[in-house]
Amino acid sequence: MRAVMRLNPEDRSKMGGRIVAGGQDVTRMSRRRLNRFRGAEAAMIFQEPLLALDPVYTIGMQIVETIRVHERISRADAWARALDLFERVQIPSPERRLNAYPHELSGGMRQRAMIALALACWPQLLLADEPTTALDASVQIQVLLLLRQLQRDLGLSIIFVTHDIGAAVEVADRIAVMYAGRIVEEASARDLINTPRHPYTIGLLKSRTHDAMVKEHKLDTIPGAPPDLANLPEGCAFAPRCYLAQDACRRGVPDLQQLEGGRTVRCRRIDRTAPELRSAAAQ
Amino acid sequence: MSDATPLMTVKGLTKHFPIKGGMLGRTVSRVHAVDGISFDVLRDETLGVVGESGCGKSTTARLLMHLIAPDAGEIIFDGRRVGSRDMTMASYRSQVQMVFQDSYSSLNPRLTIQDSVAFGPQVHGVRRRDALQRTHDLLDRVGLDPARFAARYPHELSGGQLQRVNIARALAVRPRLIILDEAVSALDKSVEAQVLNLLADLKKEFGLAYVFISHDLNVVRYISDRVLVMYLGRVAELGRAEDVYAAPQHPYSAALLSSMPTGDPDRRVEKAALQGDPPNPIDLPGGCRFHTRCPLVGTMCRGTEPELARIARDHDVACHARIPGSGHRPESKERAA
Ligand SMILES: Nc1ncnc2c1ncn2[C@@H]1O[C@H](COP(=O)(O)OP(=O)(O)OP(=O)(O)O)[C@@H](O)[C@H]1O
Ligand SMILES: [Mg+2]
Repeated sequence: MRAVMRLNPEDRSKMGGRIVAGGQDVTRMSRRRLNRFRGAEAAMIFQEPLLALDPVYTIGMQIVETIRVHERISRADAWARALDLFERVQIPSPERRLNAYPHELSGGMRQRAMIALALACWPQLLLADEPTTALDASVQIQVLLLLRQLQRDLGLSIIFVTHDIGAAVEVADRIAVMYAGRIVEEASARDLINTPRHPYTIGLLKSRTHDAMVKEHKLDTIPGAPPDLANLPEGCAFAPRCYLAQDACRRGVPDLQQLEGGRTVRCRRIDRTAPELRSAAAQ
Repeated sequence: MSDATPLMTVKGLTKHFPIKGGMLGRTVSRVHAVDGISFDVLRDETLGVVGESGCGKSTTARLLMHLIAPDAGEIIFDGRRVGSRDMTMASYRSQVQMVFQDSYSSLNPRLTIQDSVAFGPQVHGVRRRDALQRTHDLLDRVGLDPARFAARYPHELSGGQLQRVNIARALAVRPRLIILDEAVSALDKSVEAQVLNLLADLKKEFGLAYVFISHDLNVVRYISDRVLVMYLGRVAELGRAEDVYAAPQHPYSAALLSSMPTGDPDRRVEKAALQGDPPNPIDLPGGCRFHTRCPLVGTMCRGTEPELARIARDHDVACHARIPGSGHRPESKERAA
């Protein structure tokens, strides 16, 4: 996520591979090109809005300044756009709230203000890093519905990072499951939930308290704990916790396999995770 | 004492935090964190507590533990009033234990795991040798091999392992009730399920009761026998988990539960039932404190605070609209008439 925005310090992080957005490779952009990319083409929102908002300026000023860094536009026009954005993110009394400082807003309202700031230059891509994790269920759903609506209205692409599959299902068309820094499965939200193919996805969905409604029924769990990223096992990172792991799994990272329906899975044992097989095993 | 009596009865528990202001540091207003709540915890039950951020869940937990003193109200434990000669503070403290969300800062970083776990029993007069024996048995029981973990320090453990240590530490004084305040909320989802299973096993094995506080409505449904829904320092609804989740009676519970993501791509949530953030517990609205966000609001709701009333077997609700004969009429109907 931070890599897409090239937020990691250049001298400390090694970046490999290519990140292509709108036909351009982000890893090769010049500094000037990169500045335009951040904000005008891609923007980011975070779990903690106070990290994105400057405490000493009103939100309105911050939006106006952001717009004027990227575009030649009058202060009045920029202010009008800020007001439009506040209406789009459904902040009540938007005029008054534009003149508020971040600490004067409630948690849910700050989250909306941060989204408005991120949208200031009409980016095409919005990167959302756990933006609803710290919110109450009642406020979380408001923000999820807002993101869904903005995505439709503005034709935005959104990358929504979360540890909460339930929240992902509410906003996402496609879901990519990551384990130990790698994407292990990617599919449409429907396929992923209904017919997961990677053993990690299967375990994660089975351990959800969602389905375990019967009292006294134990949750299915994945054994062990997530690996230390500095100390990844050789081979498939999930193998030490996987019920299907074989010796081959511990030798070399498995390739991404293409499946029907445009889905991909990084696993050597998918012959054993087909839905027919699993439901037969469950009987 | 028959088993039908509750393990714990809470009556009118209240905590208002003063807010000081001005140069003289005078109290300018009060946070009504917990505002006269009453409920029972039954023997062998798990009572789930849910509600939005700031509604007073953690303050309730701290009041139950006597980590802070209440402004009013009392706690009866095992039929005896806490703080009386029959139930001294020391005896109460060994019977009620707590596990917090932040697994790391709840442990002393300079103590080994075994010294942290053995500390409580020693305070309560158990000899060190016996306390260590008990510690090793418990570490083993919560899934941490004592040979590997007993001599380690907290920073050498993962979040899930630390929370197992905290559970072992709570168990070490042989309590009858454990209060879990967001105890699994910070864990990786795959580890959360393991700890929930562990809690279920321990409860059976040691005959424990739990007060399980969480903002995760799915987890609370899974683990709880009964559920208490809090709103701005009050009990809005209290009933069996199946009943409350299947047919919530308080309009706030209904709205809260309908905010849960379904986890089903074919049945996404279409409309948010509540708008805006919960109001501030400093400037409470008069009357029913939910009336500013309530779809069923009627004239009397603006003037009179509803009391918790029994509306069905094992089901209590504090809402004029749900209490037969209260005289409540929704304003939407009043206008039409
Ligand atoms: N020591 C204190 N002094 C002043 N106000 C306090 C204090 N402790 C809590 N409060 C306030 O009391 C109210 C209830 O807080 P509490 O921590 O009990 O909420 P909670 O339900 O546990 O919330 P969360 O879900 O965020 O953990 C809040 O408004 C909080 O700001
Ligand atoms: Mg709390």
